[in-house]
Amino acid sequence: MAIMNVNPTRMQLTKLKKQLATAVRGHKMLKDKRDELMRQFLDLVRENKELREKVEKELQNCNSHFVNASAVMSKEALDASLMSPKQQVNIKVSSRNVMSVEIPQFSANKRTNDSGDIFPYGFAFTSFELDDAVMSLNELLPDLIKLAEIEKSCELMSSEIEKTRRRVNSLEHVMIPRYQDTIKYISMKLEENDRSSRTRLMKVKDMLLDKAHNYSGH
Amino acid sequence: MAKNIAVIGDGESIKGFSAIGLDIFPCDDNEEIPRLFRRIADSDNYGIIFMTEEMFALAEKERRRYEEKITPAVIPIPGVKANSGIGTKRLSSFVEQAVGSDIIFNN
Repeated sequence: MAIMNVNPTRMQLTKLKKQLATAVRGHKMLKDKRDELMRQFLDLVRENKELREKVEKELQNCNSHFVNASAVMSKEALDASLMSPKQQVNIKVSSRNVMSVEIPQFSANKRTNDSGDIFPYGFAFTSFELDDAVMSLNELLPDLIKLAEIEKSCELMSSEIEKTRRRVNSLEHVMIPRYQDTIKYISMKLEENDRSSRTRLMKVKDMLLDKAHNYSGH
Repeated sequence: MAKNIAVIGDGESIKGFSAIGLDIFPCDDNEEIPRLFRRIADSDNYGIIFMTEEMFALAEKERRRYEEKITPAVIPIPGVKANSGIGTKRLSSFVEQAVGSDIIFNN
């Protein structure tokens, strides 16, 4: 039994009882927070997993298009065609609060909205493989941004869940039992003091009576 | 606030991204990566930094400083070379951190 290093007084007892009540309430709330975070996190991770698999597959696809293009075109010509991009992507970053965890939200902003207008080169001297590559990469962009948003959220949430879990466990297995034990210790000590002072009083009374009237209570 | 998207990786893997409007930082010198990454991350211009898996592994120490921040989000993507599965491993480490054991990727 681990008890705190406190004086066994009535004042200390009321103080500890109040602290215990706070700890119990805090424990309940943190536990709710943990459960809700966990539920949302698991949903998010499942989504993340699917999205990542899809993105990785698509990227592999794009890469193979690029490899094909570079096989048909010279390296210089390929680099030159991609050198001066027409498109510029901005993202607006805002944040959303999920159970006190700030998670990011990205929304993309493109300079040109026409998806046919993304090619930074003329079609005359480039291979159609390159068109494919650029087009499929462009189609993948929303997914890539979504993936970044979800994966960052997962990262932030997982560390928050870990912290909350630790807090819940420390309250449940260390703090609250310690409060309870200390409260029990103090109340037992106080009762013990009570009994000992009562017997002492009885004894003193006996002695006084004996002295005054030569009378014994028994 | 409007931010851009950066892509770090070997030139071969990432040159396509410049065509669709992302800022690319080709780097073929592995020792340069941590410094390059820090420069990009500290500039505060980038909301998302995509890194090819090899580069992602090389900048591990530098990445840690940005783990708790909302931006930049540092995300591994497969490069031209074979997919090494770092992305999935990273996800499974999140699950492990949060739950205590991996309950989603263990099959």
